[in-house]
Amino acid sequence: MHELSVALGIVKIAETETAKAKAKKVELIELEIGTLAGIEFESLDFVWPSAVKDTVLENAIKKIDIIKAKAKCIDCDTVFNLSQLYDSCPTCKSNFKGILQGKELRVKALEVI
Amino acid sequence: MCGTCGCGSEVNGVSIQNPREIKIHDHNHNHNHDHHHEAHSHNHKHAHNHHHKTVLEVEQDILQHNDVMAARNRGYFEAKNIFTLNLVSSPGSGKTALLERTLQDLKQELPFFVIEGDQQTLNDANRIDALNIPVIQINTGKGCHLESDMVYGAVKKLDIQNNSILMIENVGNLVCPSMFDLGESKRVVIISTTEGEDKPIKYPDMFFSSDICIINKIDLLPYLNFDIEKLKDYAKQVNPKLEFFEVSATTGEGMNKWYNWLKNSLQTA
Repeated sequence: MHELSVALGIVKIAETETAKAKAKKVELIELEIGTLAGIEFESLDFVWPSAVKDTVLENAIKKIDIIKAKAKCIDCDTVFNLSQLYDSCPTCKSNFKGILQGKELRVKALEVI
Repeated sequence: MCGTCGCGSEVNGVSIQNPREIKIHDHNHNHNHDHHHEAHSHNHKHAHNHHHKTVLEVEQDILQHNDVMAARNRGYFEAKNIFTLNLVSSPGSGKTALLERTLQDLKQELPFFVIEGDQQTLNDANRIDALNIPVIQINTGKGCHLESDMVYGAVKKLDIQNNSILMIENVGNLVCPSMFDLGESKRVVIISTTEGEDKPIKYPDMFFSSDICIINKIDLLPYLNFDIEKLKDYAKQVNPKLEFFEVSATTGEGMNKWYNWLKNSLQTA
C-alpha cells in the first residue's frame, strides 16, 4: 500500500504551497498520474480520507488527469501505446524501448482560498 | 517549521520570516499554544483576499522528496566509493539467506555494511550481527517499503568506511519498493525457483526498475516444475537489460560468479 506514502506526499506539497500562497485551504487539487506510474486508483481513493484528515486538503475535490503510457522503440523508432511495461514494439517486436510518458506522478495545480 | 522546537507547519514558522513569531519562539520556548495561535491570527489579519480563489500551478513530482533524499544518499555513497545494493523480492525468496552466505564467504576480503528493512522485529539484523558485520535495522511499522530518508537516517548511524559495500535489504514486497529510489548503485531483484516463472510480468515494475536478477534456490530444481529459461524470457520481456545470476544460497552453487561481480563492481565503482 505505497499509495499511502504517495497520498502523504501530496498532502505535504499541498500544505507547503497553500501556506506559501497565504491561503487557508484547497478547494480543488489536480493530479497527473500516468497509467504506468504504479498507482492503483482504488487504493489511492481508499487511503485518501485518512491521509487528508485535518489538513488543507480535507474537503478538497480531487481531480485526476490520467496520462496514457507511450514508448518509442529503440530499434526501429516506432512510437506506440503501452498498456503494460512489458509490451513489445508492434512493428519489430523488440523489447528495447524508451518510455515517453505514463510514469507521471505529479501535483499539477491547486485551487486555494 | 520552527527550527528551535519543531512546532507548527513549515511556513507558519521561521521560513516566512515573521519577526514576531521568531521572537515568540526565541524568548518563550514553552510550547504555549496560546502564543502559537496568537501568531496565527496575527498573520490572518494581514491577508485580505482569503475568499478569492487562486489557482496555483504547482507542477511538482509527488515523489520529489524521496528522489531528492535519494540523490543526497547517492552523492555520499559516490564520494566515499561505497557500492550500494538495494535488495528487493517477495517475502521468502531467500534475501537474508543470500546475504548471510555472501557475508560469510566474502567478509575477509571485502568490507560490508548492512541496512535491514522489515515491518517488525530485529530478527534479520540479529542474523547479520551474528556474523560481526555492522548492521542497522529499520522497522517500517505498517510501511511496506523503505524510503530514502529512512536510509539516510540509518546511514548516519552506521559510520560506513570508504571503499566498501553497503547492502540494503528492503522490506519483502515485490510491488511497493519499486517506486522508491534509495540512492543505490544497483537494484537487485531476487526470485526463487519455488515462485512462478511469470512473476516478472505479474509484477513488472520491480523487474523494470532492477539492474540485476538473482534466481535463488536452484538446488531445488530437480524437485520442481520450474523452467529457468522461461522465467528469464519473461524478465527480459520486461527489462532486456537485466543481468542474471543463478545461485543456491544453501549449497553455494553459482555463488562464485556473483562474488566476482561484487568484487569487480567495488573496484570499478
